[in-house]
Amino acid sequence: MERIKQENIRNFSIIAHIDHGKSTLADRLIEETGMLTSREMQNQVLDNMDLERERGITIKLKAVRLVYKAKDGDEYLLNLIDTPGHVDFTYEVSRSLAACEGAILVVDSTQGIEAQTLANVYLALDQDLEIVPVINKIDLPSARPDEVKKEIEDIIGIDCEDAPLISAKDGLNIGDVLEAIVKHVPAPKGDPKAPLKALIFDSYYDSYKGVVCYVRVFEGTLKPGMEIQMMSTGKTYEVVEVGINTSKHVSVDRLEAGDVGYVTASIKNVKDARVGDTITDNNNPTEEPLPGYKKVVPMVYCGIYPAEGEDFNTVREALEKLQVNDASLVFEPESSAALGFGFRCGFLGLLHMEIVQERLEREFDLNIVTTAPSVIYRITKTTGEVLEIQNPSNLPPETEIASMQEPIVSANIMTPTDHVGAIMELCQNKRGKFLNMEYLEEKRVVLHYELPLNEVIYDFFDALKSKTKGYASLDYELKGYEESELVKLDILINGELVDAFSLIVHKDKAYERGRSIAERLTDVIPRHQFAIPIQAAIGSKIIARETIRALRKDVLAKCYGGDISRKKKLLEKQKEGKKRMRQIGSVEVPQEAFLTVLKYDENK
Amino acid sequence: MKEISIYIHIPFCIRKCYYCDFTSFSNMNDKIPKYMKSLMVELDLYKERLRDYTIKTIFIGGGTPSAIEARYIYDLLGHLYKNFNIFKDLEVTIEVNPGTIDKEKVKIYKEAGINRVSMGVQSFNDSILKSIGRIHNKDQIYESYKLLRDEKFENINMDLMFGLPNQTLEEVLLTLEEAISLGVEHISHYSLILEEGTQFYNLEKKGKLNLPKEDKERLMYHKSTEFLVEKGYNHYEISNYALPNYECRHNLVYWELAPYLGVGLSSHSYMENMRFFNTSNILDYIEKLEGKLLPIEGEEAIDKSTEIEEYCILGIRKINGIDKEEFKKRFNVDIEAIYKDPIDKHTNRGLIIDNGKAIRLTKKGLDLSNLVEVDFLK
Repeated sequence: MERIKQENIRNFSIIAHIDHGKSTLADRLIEETGMLTSREMQNQVLDNMDLERERGITIKLKAVRLVYKAKDGDEYLLNLIDTPGHVDFTYEVSRSLAACEGAILVVDSTQGIEAQTLANVYLALDQDLEIVPVINKIDLPSARPDEVKKEIEDIIGIDCEDAPLISAKDGLNIGDVLEAIVKHVPAPKGDPKAPLKALIFDSYYDSYKGVVCYVRVFEGTLKPGMEIQMMSTGKTYEVVEVGINTSKHVSVDRLEAGDVGYVTASIKNVKDARVGDTITDNNNPTEEPLPGYKKVVPMVYCGIYPAEGEDFNTVREALEKLQVNDASLVFEPESSAALGFGFRCGFLGLLHMEIVQERLEREFDLNIVTTAPSVIYRITKTTGEVLEIQNPSNLPPETEIASMQEPIVSANIMTPTDHVGAIMELCQNKRGKFLNMEYLEEKRVVLHYELPLNEVIYDFFDALKSKTKGYASLDYELKGYEESELVKLDILINGELVDAFSLIVHKDKAYERGRSIAERLTDVIPRHQFAIPIQAAIGSKIIARETIRALRKDVLAKCYGGDISRKKKLLEKQKEGKKRMRQIGSVEVPQEAFLTVLKYDENK
Repeated sequence: MKEISIYIHIPFCIRKCYYCDFTSFSNMNDKIPKYMKSLMVELDLYKERLRDYTIKTIFIGGGTPSAIEARYIYDLLGHLYKNFNIFKDLEVTIEVNPGTIDKEKVKIYKEAGINRVSMGVQSFNDSILKSIGRIHNKDQIYESYKLLRDEKFENINMDLMFGLPNQTLEEVLLTLEEAISLGVEHISHYSLILEEGTQFYNLEKKGKLNLPKEDKERLMYHKSTEFLVEKGYNHYEISNYALPNYECRHNLVYWELAPYLGVGLSSHSYMENMRFFNTSNILDYIEKLEGKLLPIEGEEAIDKSTEIEEYCILGIRKINGIDKEEFKKRFNVDIEAIYKDPIDKHTNRGLIIDNGKAIRLTKKGLDLSNLVEVDFLK
């Protein structure tokens, strides 16, 4: 393949709020550049995991290379790098933006700018990217492109005069977007002869090739046969293949400064090719790695247990398979009195946790039970010994504890000014420490708070979304540990302590949390033949009590004449429901109970 | 010779009741002649298969079988008697609704060999009748009942309902008292089931149905049972009561998992280890039979273990429960060998009792029978 010169390369991402049309636009760009025929296009080419499509979010990023013949007669090489769109993956977003020189900002002309968009725009501006605004959905009767343009100019301060007005759905004016990319996104710089610097912005495991790293080469040249070094670990590998992504992997003889592509080097685990790491030439190494590498550590833990009738080893195998592709997932075996043998798993955040759970259920067809998420607490015992605890059941008795510390995050909450009051109330309720408030523009602010992570992982996102109608966005990073008065909250069902429900909470929140969990369990646990007391306790002290009334009637009055299959269907449904139950003493607890008790209560 | 029962479905109604989800129409009267002809053709198609069977009971249900002209029923039954082996002590039931029969009709029913009438009474309270979408009133119940007795029908059932919107315990008992004082031989006393797609179901979803609370509904059931038993009615199935020797033999066939053939729209059959059912589309039904084809829409082979579970699910509904000896005779195995765990579990929980001869529901078990039945499923 004839190489296109560096000045004709454009590396860019698309930034958009959920539903504003990012994936649809990506599809159209791919179609328009003729890389794929319409028939080959599966809808929404970039999001290829079922789960992503269903949730309308992109979880793992990917890159695709387009060849575009511009109006000036030249051929350009456009590398579109996709980004995930959730706070749990902020780091990954920042790394894929770091691989670009520009970003298309897609704004829905019926909605205007939304909080989440802004967070990513600021990430892009941090990386000095050129922002190319695009106004989408202009085919809709409620479109108000002029207002939206003004909004972008006011809020972000970028010129929107020439912003393409498009309908990604109808394929309208997609050519304008391509022209704008060519015109406004700067060409990459970098010397193909300099020592190699390549940024890994994504990696995944392929059973034939080993780990496939998606890279952006900033300096130097990457070729098969070279000995490369991962700069964060110092580990070295021999490059087997380098290539580019069209609709499939196409191997090439080299990747040069400015190029986006992939590299394989018989790497066995994604842990050894971490996102954000710099690849260099082991025989001619660069002095400095690219900035911004962080080793991502799990912040949220929960127990994952095989459900009734599911095998421990099958769950282990599934987790191992997921881990091969997900460097931020960790797990180790543990056991619970209520749930038997299972795994304690660590995640980046709640969404990451939910995604892993869903993948286990869908891709591996497993029935699992999940326990309440927890963070890592630091316990100093009276003996002076320091423990890190992420499973509440492992908390030593109160008398042996000298002090406890919990993780605190610095949180930035971006919001229209209308919701400041509600957010402050929420943060206060979540034991937040207000630092300051910054005006981004007249109607938009960032609130800076310090929040205990265990409050954030409980129901903070849902509460924030609900109290601000989805307009506020949150990002956070770990600040450190602080001393805190924490207690272990236990739940007793029918008099029996269920360790899988135990939580570590701040002492001032224990009563409220205990009551709320007891109430929710009353809703999710089906009525039994007998009344079931649900109690919340700290040590031996009961702090809340609810009762599930006894079931008085479960009988079919009529047998539908000879239609026995109809009656059987009803019974089979009932039986199916029972299968998803976990027997705790004489009480059948639905698996959902372990998670639903943690969801945000709108009425609170 | 083997025994079999026949169910005949008449899907025509004057109006659909608010709780009803059976296959029935109030606007298809022009199809009656063709439908009745199709029924005969369908029966003829089974003639060979039923050669070795004797018909033990016939049940004409609906819909409202009394909503169509009596000669259709007469002709249909005549056709059956002529072409099939008939048990000499045959039970022939027809469902009738008050207000849809007259002297002439009743006479024809008698001549047609019908010897049991099941009246769709539901309640003796006019305002309740109206609120559940019935077209008759209390006076019409008395009139229709008298017509039947005048024509010497000596086995009459009344279908009654409880747990209805705005119904009180007092009203339930008053209705029972009226039925008893008329001297009916059989009472089916059904608790309202909200079926998807019915008017009641939709109203309930909107929160517009004032149903009695669970405890109150159960009190209605318990008090009714007590009252009926006290008046000499034998409680023989969850919802059924009869004076001695007036148990409905046709329904016992279902509960004992004996063979039956259902003809007509959406009717179900069970024979020779097969369960099968007809289409519920009346046009398809008629068209198929015009081409001399069976209008069967689905079928399922019943293997031994399925037969056992169904036998238990149905049998436990009988107040006398599942007879252990009969179980062993039918399946060549002790019931405990298959169901030891559920039997122990529910005995401990007080839902069933094993008296050595039979396994039956306790009083509490009658309220929670589904919990027991679920565990009879494989």
